[in-house]
Amino acid sequence: MPPLAQRNLFHDKVRLAVTLTGIVFSVVLIVVQLGLFIGFTTATSNLIDHSGADLWITSKNVPYVEQGVAFSERKLNQVRAVPGVADAQKIIAHWTQWKRHDGGEDSVQIVGINVDDSLERPWNLVQGRVEDLKSPDAIILDDLYKQKLGVTRVGEVFEIGGHRARVVGFTHGIRSFTTSPYVFTSFKNAQNYTAVREDQTLFILVKLAPGANLPQVRRQLLDRVKDVEVFTTAQFSRMTTFYWMFTTGAGVAVLIAAALGLVVGFVVVAQTIYATTMDHIREYGTLKAMGAPNSYVYRVIMKQAAISAVIGYALGMIVSIFVVRGSQAGGAAILMPPSMAVGMFFLTLLMCVGAALVSINKVTRIDPAMVFKG
Amino acid sequence: MKAAITVRQLKKTYEEGAAGTLALRGVDLDAHKGELLLLMGPSGSGKTTLLSIMGCILTATSGSVQVAGREVVGLREKDLPALRLEHIGFVFQGFNLFPTLTAGENVELMLDLKGISAAGAKKRAQELLDQVGLGGKYGSFPSDLSGGQKQRVAIARALAGDPGIILADEPTAALDSHTGRTVMEMMSDLAHKRGRAVVIVTHDSRVMNFADRIVRIEDGAIAPAPEPDLLPPGMVAHNLSQATMCLV
Repeated sequence: MPPLAQRNLFHDKVRLAVTLTGIVFSVVLIVVQLGLFIGFTTATSNLIDHSGADLWITSKNVPYVEQGVAFSERKLNQVRAVPGVADAQKIIAHWTQWKRHDGGEDSVQIVGINVDDSLERPWNLVQGRVEDLKSPDAIILDDLYKQKLGVTRVGEVFEIGGHRARVVGFTHGIRSFTTSPYVFTSFKNAQNYTAVREDQTLFILVKLAPGANLPQVRRQLLDRVKDVEVFTTAQFSRMTTFYWMFTTGAGVAVLIAAALGLVVGFVVVAQTIYATTMDHIREYGTLKAMGAPNSYVYRVIMKQAAISAVIGYALGMIVSIFVVRGSQAGGAAILMPPSMAVGMFFLTLLMCVGAALVSINKVTRIDPAMVFKG
Repeated sequence: MKAAITVRQLKKTYEEGAAGTLALRGVDLDAHKGELLLLMGPSGSGKTTLLSIMGCILTATSGSVQVAGREVVGLREKDLPALRLEHIGFVFQGFNLFPTLTAGENVELMLDLKGISAAGAKKRAQELLDQVGLGGKYGSFPSDLSGGQKQRVAIARALAGDPGIILADEPTAALDSHTGRTVMEMMSDLAHKRGRAVVIVTHDSRVMNFADRIVRIEDGAIAPAPEPDLLPPGMVAHNLSQATMCLV
């Protein structure tokens, strides 16, 4: 086919620029909003997903990880006695107050762990070692929150929940969905920093023995340990994510913004492709008069839409990559996994082709006899 | 001569408003291979409507139209493009070239519609432009061509489908007399040397000398034949029962 679609598209450079701007705007808006959604989703369940546990044991009616309710740590021994349990550790994840040097206070989320165990250890350490948490009052926090908490270096001392806390290391990229940064410490320190009593815990994490049947172990735990809930890690992760993303409405707002991006892109592309089609309507009439079937004319319009989509997508992704990279230093990460980049291509294509259908509807109704009218 | 298009008792009503407008009132006409036929008449007489129906672009209200022996009245609209593509080439008053394509690509487009490969289409388009004397203008865009050159490209494009019938709507209206004459010489050659049936709708009395037959349309019907001594010198008065010659 002679390059009619390309020529028509590139002939009016101003209109092409408007089309591409619309697509780029749409792509960037969708990528940012969906990336925020994925970033938020990842942040809400960060602790759970990186725990290394197979099962989470909580008090009854705990809807998400930040809402743990204390229960007796004696249940830990009952858990360890269940066949198929290789390891079980108590942990604390609880909000408390951080006091800065300037006297101001911030909310933080204490994560108390067994430093000698492999479950729920801080990851992505960029300074210090997990073992340093064995020191009295030692804490590790994420370097993203240094400024927020007034921390400049390892060795600084602060106050958490009225108790001394000394920074022994930093992680990088462990974001909290809430505005309260995670602060890792030993289980014992965590009890001091929070209101959790000495004989209590908020969660018990379970690692199964190799070959153990997860549903079976879960059933046995529910049978033998009273007044607790037992969730798989995936279940508890989903519950926590669902709570933050949908019960609070935060995720819905982000998804609506992404949908708006799609609508804006669709309208801009539909409008400009329609205008281009109307500019060339007499040519399409001529094509039909010459004997071109409707499908031939559709191909010309679809090709224009597809070319617009490919160029708009490429430009949009370049801008998006800069935005995504720029977000890495901030509190809210915009994540763009490869699958999203690929999906975005098809979404852009679909948006442009869908927008072209408005023009196709118009072309279908062209009367080829128009070629004889003046 | 064998008829390429046969029209019998053709009626066309445009459904506009409560009462339709009767554009054609029972036209009988034959267009023959090897013949250049002029359709003349005042504006609104129905000649363009007749040309559109003969070209399978417009559907008739009643009557019969046979194109290359095939009845087209009653055919579904989706069957008409293939019929046009196979049998009919169009030349328009406004040339109707694609402004973003070069002269060569305009001709290639028709060949592409016929399913000819890109390489074959390029070669054939060059040959056709050579035939109309524009071999050196393959890469020129319509905006860089004169009116006469544009119409010659349009003729090359019409010929690209190798149609048996050429239908032209006011092909000389936008051209000066010299260029118009050149275009008419080409149309005449198409009929007389290459055996095509050429039907031209025109107001331009300068082209009458090229006609083998002139049919005058008035108020949607064929007007009565003139007296033979009113015809231009050399014109044969075809005594067809359905088609009537007439001069303005």
